[in-house]
Amino acid sequence: MATSTMEFKIYRYDPDQDEAPYMQDMSVQVDFEIDRKLLDVLTRLKAGDDTLSYRRSCREGICGSDAMNINGKNGLACLTDIRDLKQPVVLRPLPGLPVIRDLIVDMTQFFKQYHSVKPYLINDSPRPERERLQSPEERDELNGLYECILCACCSTSCPSFWWNPDKFVGPAGLLNAYRFIADTRDEATNERLDDLEDPYRLFRCHSIMNCVDVCPKNLNPTRAIGKIKEMMVRRAI
Amino acid sequence: MSNSSIPVRKFDAVIVGAGGSGLRAAIQLSEGGLKTAVLSKVFPTRSHTVAAQGGVSASLGNSEEDHWHWHMYDTVKGSDWLGDQDAIEYMCRKAPEVVVELEHFGMPFDRTDEGKIYQRPFGGHMSNFGEKPVRRACAAADRTGHAMLHALYQRNVRANTQFFVEWMALDLIRDESGQVLGVIALEMETGEVVAFHAKATIFATGGAGRIYYSSTNAFINTGDGLGMAARAGIALEDMEFWQFHPTGVAGAGVLITEGVRGEGGILRNSDNERFMERYAPNAKDLASRDVVSRAMVTEINEGRGCGPNKDFVLLDITHLDPATIMKRLPGIREISIQFAGIDPIQAPIPVVPTCHYQMGGIPTNFKGQVVAPDGAPVKGFYAAGEVACASVHGANRLGTNSLLDLLVFGKSSGDSVIEDVASGAVVHQDLPADFADRTLARLNRLNTQTGGSNVNETRLELQRTMQKHCGVFRFKEMLVEGVAKIVEIEKAVARTEIKDKSQVWNTARVEALELDNLIEVAKATLVSAEARKESRGAHVRDDAPDTPENPNGRDDANWHKHTLWQREGSSLSYKPVTMTPLTVETIALKTRSY
Repeated sequence: MATSTMEFKIYRYDPDQDEAPYMQDMSVQVDFEIDRKLLDVLTRLKAGDDTLSYRRSCREGICGSDAMNINGKNGLACLTDIRDLKQPVVLRPLPGLPVIRDLIVDMTQFFKQYHSVKPYLINDSPRPERERLQSPEERDELNGLYECILCACCSTSCPSFWWNPDKFVGPAGLLNAYRFIADTRDEATNERLDDLEDPYRLFRCHSIMNCVDVCPKNLNPTRAIGKIKEMMVRRAI
Repeated sequence: MSNSSIPVRKFDAVIVGAGGSGLRAAIQLSEGGLKTAVLSKVFPTRSHTVAAQGGVSASLGNSEEDHWHWHMYDTVKGSDWLGDQDAIEYMCRKAPEVVVELEHFGMPFDRTDEGKIYQRPFGGHMSNFGEKPVRRACAAADRTGHAMLHALYQRNVRANTQFFVEWMALDLIRDESGQVLGVIALEMETGEVVAFHAKATIFATGGAGRIYYSSTNAFINTGDGLGMAARAGIALEDMEFWQFHPTGVAGAGVLITEGVRGEGGILRNSDNERFMERYAPNAKDLASRDVVSRAMVTEINEGRGCGPNKDFVLLDITHLDPATIMKRLPGIREISIQFAGIDPIQAPIPVVPTCHYQMGGIPTNFKGQVVAPDGAPVKGFYAAGEVACASVHGANRLGTNSLLDLLVFGKSSGDSVIEDVASGAVVHQDLPADFADRTLARLNRLNTQTGGSNVNETRLELQRTMQKHCGVFRFKEMLVEGVAKIVEIEKAVARTEIKDKSQVWNTARVEALELDNLIEVAKATLVSAEARKESRGAHVRDDAPDTPENPNGRDDANWHKHTLWQREGSSLSYKPVTMTPLTVETIALKTRSY
């Protein structure tokens, strides 16, 4: 058995009990034969202290629940290999959003921005009896876009989103906006571009590219944002 | 706390669960103009439908000839004739319609060269009544569930559906006549307990795969709907039937889709042999899941497992074109690298059968109405998806029929609610005076328990018991012992203690409440399994072997019937399998082979 101790510094805050947030030193025995991911170790920590609070569900990087700030960088606990982590491992809630408790943030603002881009197919033409046709090449345009899991790692690593979470759509929302702009079945491209042609909604992106750096699904919101800007320029001339 | 202190909110309908079936039902109700509340423990796109990979079945015939009747035959055969043929016909006939609808909602399906929905082969999908494999699984790469769940959520955003996100339903409200009047739920962020008073209640709470130690299921799959229904006196149907998916990543449990074998993947033992040729000469690696899982366990038990402990087999796709893997199976490659530490382009993936899906559940008809043992609808109560038992999956589910089930019965349950509300068949009835007593007693007990049992340890004991006593192969003595053990564990569950007493986002409380549901499901499973003295589909026991009188150990004379488990007294009763389809001839009992 390859057991050893892992050291943590974890952001703790329970508004029911605590006057203010604090960093707590915690340690736990891990078995490197069994424990691979940070979420496995959090489960062990929680077994020892059931007050430690975080979201989690699928434990395979597809549901987007367990996003947190790990040693200064946003990521999913279930996809973070523990062998690569410098100790003590510093865990904080995603930056820039209000903390509800411990590692759980209030994501209202994040989802508000996502919803603001009308993240659904708009096609009011009469529905055909069968599927709408789309060539494999047209479908390929959606790759790198539709895979977003709404974990918020990107938007909460973006300084522009930190400063203007109410006005700047943020990388996740913009990636999803482009997912529908790029869809040949969608008929609202102009309306979508109009909606984003605004000093804040789109143009607060300064290509800092933190979003690309942290995306656990290796998506590239900056590229999607660039494409939207390109389309705006093209339709202006 | 007394009843009067609980806020009551009134809706036409409340849907519990926002995975595939809940979201599909919500689209019907929101677009149908009903005042609807959708409750979910997690943000909708975090529901476990998101983890489905391989596809959703529909006889679209986009690449070769297919027919819903063939799909129906495969489903009946896959169910080992335990599925109800009216519901199966309904589902298979509806499949093209609901899949095309999903495409219209924006689902990013992969495409054929003609621009149609891409379809791949899958286990047990055959043309011409079992003749040869057919391409029926409609796929978005190997992320079909993710693409589908997001498309359904997005459609709900468009329809302005009212969600209550991170609310956990705790108990069903029923009146003396048995009519269902809504649910009591806990807001996780504040700890507030609220009654949702509704004319119609749809359960879409998903499965309970977390009763097993090794499961492909998410942490949230704790059988909440089953626990609530059982506590409210609703019988649970066919709970002995659990699907073990052949290919969970060894050690991690994470799912590797059957679509891998659909795209040409092969299972190999330590002799590098394609062993499925011996077990299923015709369908080989694409036989039904129960058949493949048993073959794998047999290989391992007979010493032909791989690895230092000879405890897994290998799923090999190294012979496939890397471009195909990158295009059709990109998520699988990611998972293999993340959780097995290997790139499947270069090396085979270590896999073991892993608990995946519950075939049983809350008994419903094909309209999504919950039914009493006599077949009469339980007024005001509907269920769809994995929590429900229509029964379309019988003793073993075909791959991709789960996503189809969500769409078809999510929609039909929504339509039934619209119809029943419009006709006045269900109206708001007064809440009984004691409607919240039981729930508040549970919460109070949890808040004040001292010297009790540890939630985490008790849950682990439950999961290990299920794994050991009620797995891929079942043994008479182990089942009897398992029942006794679960009864002991039940006592520990009744006195769980949590240290966390906060009202704010108390995950310890949620996990303890989930354990209250897991124990009901575990008990229903073991008691039902112990009692069924035959082998059928996913339920195979040592004392019901393959004989000339009972091929595969199936005993139709005595056991061709559905189990019903009642929590009260943990008692069992049985009801006949519906063998009469809606419009076509009965698919008669036959020995099952692939």
